[in-house]
Amino acid sequence: MNLLEHAAKDLVLRKAAIPIPRGILCHTPAETAAAFQALGGGCVVKAQIPAGKRGDAGGIRFAETAARAAEIARAMFDEPVQEHRVDSVLIEEKVAIAKEYYVSVLADASARAPVVLFSEEGGSDIEELAASNPAAIRRAVVDLSRGVGEVEADALVGETPHAAALRPLLMKLFEAFRANDAELLEINPLAMLADGSAVALDCKFTLDAAAAYRQPELAKAAAPERMTALECSAREAGLTYIELEGNVALLANGAGLTMTTMDTVSTLGGQPANFQEIGGEAYTKAETALKVVLAKPGVRSLVVNFCGAFARTDVMAEGVVAAWETLKPDVPVFFSIHGTGDDKAIALVRERLGLEPFDVMEDAVHAAVEAAR
Amino acid sequence: MILRKQTRVLVQGITGKQGSFWSGKMIACGTSVAGGVNPKRAGTEHLGVPVYASARAAMDAQAFDLALMFIPPAAAKNAALDAIEAGAKTLVVLTEHIPLQDVLFLHAAAKANGTRIIGPNTAGIVTPGEGFAGIMPADNPRIFQRGRVGVISRSGSLGTLVCLNLTRAAFGQSAFIGIGGDPIPGTSTREALEALDRDNNTDAVVIVGEIGGTMEEEAAGYAAGMKKPVVAFIAGRLAPPHKKMGHAGAIIAGNRGTYASKRSALEAAGVTVANMPREIAEAIRAGLAEQGPPRSEFSATPKDGSITQREEDRS
Repeated sequence: MNLLEHAAKDLVLRKAAIPIPRGILCHTPAETAAAFQALGGGCVVKAQIPAGKRGDAGGIRFAETAARAAEIARAMFDEPVQEHRVDSVLIEEKVAIAKEYYVSVLADASARAPVVLFSEEGGSDIEELAASNPAAIRRAVVDLSRGVGEVEADALVGETPHAAALRPLLMKLFEAFRANDAELLEINPLAMLADGSAVALDCKFTLDAAAAYRQPELAKAAAPERMTALECSAREAGLTYIELEGNVALLANGAGLTMTTMDTVSTLGGQPANFQEIGGEAYTKAETALKVVLAKPGVRSLVVNFCGAFARTDVMAEGVVAAWETLKPDVPVFFSIHGTGDDKAIALVRERLGLEPFDVMEDAVHAAVEAAR
Repeated sequence: MILRKQTRVLVQGITGKQGSFWSGKMIACGTSVAGGVNPKRAGTEHLGVPVYASARAAMDAQAFDLALMFIPPAAAKNAALDAIEAGAKTLVVLTEHIPLQDVLFLHAAAKANGTRIIGPNTAGIVTPGEGFAGIMPADNPRIFQRGRVGVISRSGSLGTLVCLNLTRAAFGQSAFIGIGGDPIPGTSTREALEALDRDNNTDAVVIVGEIGGTMEEEAAGYAAGMKKPVVAFIAGRLAPPHKKMGHAGAIIAGNRGTYASKRSALEAAGVTVANMPREIAEAIRAGLAEQGPPRSEFSATPKDGSITQREEDRS
């Protein structure tokens, strides 16, 4: 769950007492001109979109007059930036930058701990920098029993000319990462001004979706994900549905099995219409899930692939059969059912739908691919 | 991380609906369930085993080795900490959607106390013929049979399918290690691979991976030096970038976690990467044949006649 720059600065950095430029969020060119006057001088107009590299795409531009600021804002509202429609722009005071740094905190799977990344090459894309000049990135695994204190911060930034300003900033950044349930908290660039103070010029904050329940303010501020209408309705029902281009619809349980079903459709020469998994507690939602899957226009066949561990195949099959009897869809369906509750599930499909599940999953997928031709 | 008959299991949340259902199956499969935890039912018995107020109280009353959590996400941190501080050697965390910061906290606590975490979001571990801890259909003889192939999986459902295929091909399994779908698993693919490489009951290993992270790439580094054949299947070849594919850990971010990266790393290490699950058993057979006679006695004949019957039915 990504926050737009203005929300990340306002709700995360400001609360952590990390300095940010004076800024005003604007939704119209007129508001932009007024904001320019209020800030009193040269400013930067920044398109608020959930994407990086905005500068290269014309999403960050400088203005020396109120009229110019309004004109830039108008252009951004009229034309998508990096394929994102711009609903708001952030007008910020222009600061005199002495040097730019990169700082971030994220979780590292290999270390099973947070890591702090620091670089003197501020403003660069960190992935590109990691590829072109990995030595320019310093990395510290954080021992959670100690956190990031003076010693830990100094190990990262001690040799830089701005160590005195950077140390407390790293400590605050790490605290903010923990306190705000961040997956990622990044300041890039972090500007050092001539007077030796630090200002966060940009901020990227990703909220951990699993912690949204205890961060209601941040969750509410998260930028809406780009989703199709079907993906939205599935989300509202608590289901993971991803719409794809093809015509072979699929319904399976568990992330791994569902991805495998999707891949196998392609391996056997077809094109999957969707990803829809009803694993975990969602196994009781088969009926709703099937309705979403079949609502996609152009679906020519359906494969239902269940391999029950925690998810009971008999409960899932009951949902599928119920949906089938309600919708009476005009598409051929092919089943493969194994695992917890399979005897009951197979009997149900035989009795109520008059269909014989395939013994081998790939055979069911193959039949669905052939039927969609 | 391989469950044994003598591994003493404590079930946290044993009296709940799922805790009861799966603990019953675990006991029926021969697992040594030592007891359970529910602070409100402490002092009673459930499924014939004692219920304690906490993992700490359980450890004081009788030693256990492995704690298994049937605990919802918001309560997972405290329950896990209880088990870790009680001295559990292994902690199997079934819970999905535990907040990342809580998971990081638990890994730090586990490291400080010498506890191995398996999961979060795992379906558990199974050793056919000995027992299981988790939510796998270990009692289904069409899926799990004692054998000599070890299985490592990030997914319970796909892991089940792979075990089914191995049983149909008369291999069975020496151990199933569900490492789970969390982005920060307590046991990595590589660590599970090392354990199965050391295991005398295992002649070959199947890695069931998926997109996201770099665990398969890291495991490939170890597989390159192994004598036992390793076969892999990676789910998510068609996954669009920046989408969480059901598991929080199954996401391609930037250039990390792609199918292509995992496949090429594994193939460079000499691991056969199957295109479809049905190819896995054949690849194991080829790997074992190439390697020559196994070090230990290897039985390709199923003990359960019904499986042979099913195989004949299909041919």
